[in-house]
Parts: sequence; C-alpha cells; structure tokens
Amino acid sequence: MQRLQGIGVSPGVAIGEAIVIGQEGFRIPRRFVARDAVENELERLAHAIDSAASEVDRNRERVSEQLGDQYAAIFSAHLQMLRDPRLRGELEELIRQRHYSPEYAISRALRRYAKVFQTLEGGFLSERASDIFDIEKRLLRHLLGKEREELAEITSPVVVLAHELTPSETANLNANFVLGFVTEIGGLGSHTAIVAEGLGIPAVLGLGSFLTDVSGGDTVIIDGDHGQVILNPTDETLARYQQEVEDHRTAAERLEEIRELPAETTDGQRIQLLANIEFPAEVEHCGRRGGDGIGLYRTEFLYLGAQEEPTEEDHYQAYAQVLQAMPDKPVVIRTLDLGADKIPGHGVRDYERNPFLGLRSIRLSLANNNLFRTQLRAIMRASTKGNPRIMFPMVSTVMELRQAKSLLADAMEDLEEEGIEFNENVPVGMMVEVPAAVILLDRFIEEVDFVSIGTNDLVQFTLAVDRSNHNVAHLYTSADPAVLRLIKQAVDVADSRGVPVSLCGQMSGNPRYTMLLLGLGLRSLSVTPSAIPEIKRVCRAVSLEQCQAVANHALSLDSARDVKTLLNEEIGKIIPDLPL
Amino acid sequence: MIVIKSPQGLHARPAEMFARTAAEFSATIEVIKGEQRVDAKSILHLLTLGATEGTELVIEACGDDAQAAAEALVNLAEHELANEVSNENK
Repeated sequence: MQRLQGIGVSPGVAIGEAIVIGQEGFRIPRRFVARDAVENELERLAHAIDSAASEVDRNRERVSEQLGDQYAAIFSAHLQMLRDPRLRGELEELIRQRHYSPEYAISRALRRYAKVFQTLEGGFLSERASDIFDIEKRLLRHLLGKEREELAEITSPVVVLAHELTPSETANLNANFVLGFVTEIGGLGSHTAIVAEGLGIPAVLGLGSFLTDVSGGDTVIIDGDHGQVILNPTDETLARYQQEVEDHRTAAERLEEIRELPAETTDGQRIQLLANIEFPAEVEHCGRRGGDGIGLYRTEFLYLGAQEEPTEEDHYQAYAQVLQAMPDKPVVIRTLDLGADKIPGHGVRDYERNPFLGLRSIRLSLANNNLFRTQLRAIMRASTKGNPRIMFPMVSTVMELRQAKSLLADAMEDLEEEGIEFNENVPVGMMVEVPAAVILLDRFIEEVDFVSIGTNDLVQFTLAVDRSNHNVAHLYTSADPAVLRLIKQAVDVADSRGVPVSLCGQMSGNPRYTMLLLGLGLRSLSVTPSAIPEIKRVCRAVSLEQCQAVANHALSLDSARDVKTLLNEEIGKIIPDLPL
Repeated sequence: MIVIKSPQGLHARPAEMFARTAAEFSATIEVIKGEQRVDAKSILHLLTLGATEGTELVIEACGDDAQAAAEALVNLAEHELANEVSNENK
C-alpha cells in the first residue's frame, strides 16, 4: 500500500480500478484470466515476446549497419531484457499461479524493475527505467495489436490516472464511468480541475511522478478532500474509506432533500438558481442538483484542443444535446468567448501585447463573419429542441450589439430561405462585464431581452488587475466596493426597465456572497453545479430584509477586506459549519 | 572475485555482455554482492545489484562447464572492468 500527497482540486472520495493513461494511452483491458485459458495466454505471451524481440533485433541490425555497434548497443540491451530468463519465469508464474493476464503481468513485473532502478543509490540507473517502459510499451503493443482504447470507450467504473489530461481528453470522458482522476502535473485552476469540479467527481492533481508505482487494474482510492491518493490499499484502509464514501453519500442525500425544494427566502421571494456549464455531459449533473436551468453554457470547449474549426454540425450536436436534456428549462448559450490564438487556423498575425483587451469574444466573432455565422446557425437550428437563449460576451458598445443582432437576423433569414425550422422568438441578451456596459446600460438595455453580469471579467477590468499575474493577483477580489457599486448600478438599471438580470461570475457560487447579492437586488444567480445545493440552503435560511441590511452595510465600507470580514461574520450566523 | 573498475559501474552495456556470455554455458552461475545473489544470465537481475565503481562481486558457477564459465566471465570482467582477479568455483 502506498499513500501519496498531491493537490486536492475537487472534493469527495472515489474508490475504483485504475486505468493508466501513458504517453501512448495503452490500457490494460483485463487483469485476470480464467484458469482454463492459462495455456492459451502463455502462448500469447511467448508469441508477443518473440515478435517484440524480432522487431528489436531488426532495429539493432539496421542501426548497427548505419551507425556502428556503439549506437546499436541499446537495442542489444533491450533484446537481452526481452529474452531475460528470470523475467520470463516471473511472467509465467504470475500467469500460471495468480492467473494474471499477460498484459497485467508484464505491467506489474516490469514496473517493479523500473521502480528498483529509479530508487537505486546514485540514480545512475534511473535512465534504465525508461528502457523498461519502452519494453513494456513494445510488449503491450504486440499483445494488444494496434488497439488503443480511447477514454471515451470506457464501459466500467474506473479511476483515471495520467501524467496529464488534455482538454480534449477531459472533454471526451464518459462521466458515467469515471469515478475520479489523478494526474502527475497540474493544480488548482487547471482545466482538469475545472472539469472535475464541474462533473462533481473527486480529483487530485500535481501528485508528481507516480505512474511507475501503479498498473492498470490496481485498486486506487482518491481522497479529493485531503489531496491524497492511496495505491493498493490494505483491507483495513479500504474499509475505512468505504465508510467515508458512505458518509459522503448520506450527506449528499441530505442536500438531495433540498433538491426538490425551491430556492425561496423566508419572506417568500423565489430566487432563480441556474448552472454554469462547459460540456454537454454536465447537464445531467445539473439535473441531479436541482437547478432551474442553465444560466451560462460556455461554448469554447468546441474550439479548445480541436485540430480544426468545429463544423456547424459539431456545434449543432452539442447544443441539441443540452437543450434536449432539459427541454422545459431556459438554457443560455453564450457565443464564442475566446481570443484568436485558441481558434484552430485563426491565429492573429501580430502578437497581441494585451490579449485581454484584444481581438477576442464578440470582437473576434464580428471580425470573422463565417465563424460567427456557423455558430449562430447551429444555435438557431437547435432552437426547436428546447428553450434556448443567446448571449453575446464582452459587449462594449451599442454598435457591436446591433451588429451582432443583425448577423443573427441574417442567419435566421438564410435558414428560412432554406426551409429549415427554427424558433423565431429566441431571447437575445448580453454579458455585462466591461465597465462601459455598466455605465451605459440604460442605452444597451433597450436592445436586449436580458443581461447577465459577468463578475470575473468585470472585476479585472474595473480594478485593472490581471488575475493570472502573481505579482498583483492579490488585488483581484469580487468584494471590492467599486465592484459592488457597479453591480448595484447594473441591477438598478435593469430593474427600472423590467429586464431580467442575472449574475454568473465565480462569486455567485460562493455562499459568502449570497446575502450580499440578494441584498443588491439580484433574483437570479448562475453558479457552478456543485454549488447549487449550498446556495439554495442559504437562500432558504434568510429574509430579503436581512440581505438588504447586509448589502447596505457592505456598500458603506471602503475596503474589500472589511467587506469580506462582514460577509464572513454574516454567513457564520447562517451556516456555522462552513469551512473558511 | 572481480572488482568493477568502470566509473559507470555495472551498467547496461557490460551487464548485457555479461548476461549474454553467461547464457552460453549450461552451468548455473550466480553473481554475489554482499548479501545479494543474482542469476548471471539475467540482465535485469544484474542491473538490480546496482554495482558501482569499486564494487566487489563474487562469481559462483556450478555444473558441467562451471570452470569454463567462470573463466570466461572473469576474462570479460578483466577486459571491461577489473583490476585484481581471482575466482572461486565448485
């Protein structure tokens, strides 16, 4: 048993069979074989070793001819390893006595050697560990043929272990079967962390090098609460964690009871709680958490990690999937909110010194009509499947808004001419995240059906702080009084015209801000799905009067620190057990 | 008894040659470092000895061609690695 420490980025405990994603993504399909299959499997092993050895021998000859014996020496060593009688004996024993599959036996046996080489004093053999991995891959390739099981094809509950998970790999995970993940690199704020949280499954990242210690099929425990990963636990440890999983389930059940109840304050004000999602797979999670709909469907994942620009059909499939999953609830689809550097084939020619203030989001869409048109058409085509709304990000001038709406009208006209069905009355809204939008909101509001305050970017632009710059990141805070004033201003303008206003930044999912936001006049919040029960709990425990008092008090303060102190005090009275 | 003279110790190339040479004989051959005993015909096991420069290794051979085996290995070690040489066989 081994206990490793990493960074817990998504809470919860998961216990399951490991699937190890290496650089070539070989998965060990099964650990064990039936007793009467043993002879057959031994033959497979022998055959694989022979073909691998021939392959290495051919390489050795070729290199020796072209470059000389010294260079070929490494192949000689590999050949010797493949033909190593002790290794062969160990593998055969594992198959015969313990009924391991050849794949599992190879992985276990070789990794043990790799571990020894890595830990020998002086580290002079640590390079030999890479030889071992090379041999392992080669043998597995010969055993499994060219099959490389894709992550999307997993059909049993597993825990995913990898060096790292790329955006497209995480996007392709079948959320029904992945119980949790662990990676060697990465940390809070990484893409993998965001997805894990979005899917509500435990994850530990930044564990450092550990893949040599684990084989596909091993039992792994992920403790996302403490950032711990346990490999091959003892029975005792396993039992203890199984109990924890039980406890989590009971706690989740208690929150589940809230699921059917409305987010209503003690004085009868119904609050709309929506969810922020990135992938279609997250919709089910929202349903389970009991939200009122999707307040922000980020469409960027279609572009991130893709080799080519997604087609209209790709867009359509993603939107239709989400809309069909909750046909009676509103789904706000936000158009592309990325910089050109993330779009395949659209890199800006000049290096942007200030990408946050550069050609991104709505500006990029307006400068690339085809790109925009594709997305708009797909949204409209999918509009008959449910209850969608369209929202434009980073709008900073009324002209931009009008241009975007005009392109939407064009797309609708085209569809009509083509005889394709769509919903003509899809509400159109905008994100309020650029200070100019707040300041001039009275003009913008005439031309939209709804608005959503995007505090993540609003805070950046208002305080002129780059949150990814570690020199100044501490200045970034949603609790800044200037930001609070802008939020209030926006809500007041929207209310005065009777236009629905929502808030979809990170602060909406933080229970400490709930009373403040309700007190500032918000009646609709869009949060990360896992936060829905907690926010609902706060809503149901307070009255609007209380919230307004908190908001007024906060607005009278002149530092973010004082605001945070106030909010912590107030939430402490409602939820005493909230971890600080 | 052989002493590893190469600064890189018994690393991949010598271990490979050692194992390959040992495999030519039918005798059972073991290499001993302190408490550890490994099969000389197994490159992987030889590597696990982690024999660095200056390490003393004892070669023990047992079987029909034990003498020849021991001599061959000592010779090999001499060319690659050793300084002082003696051998033991049964």
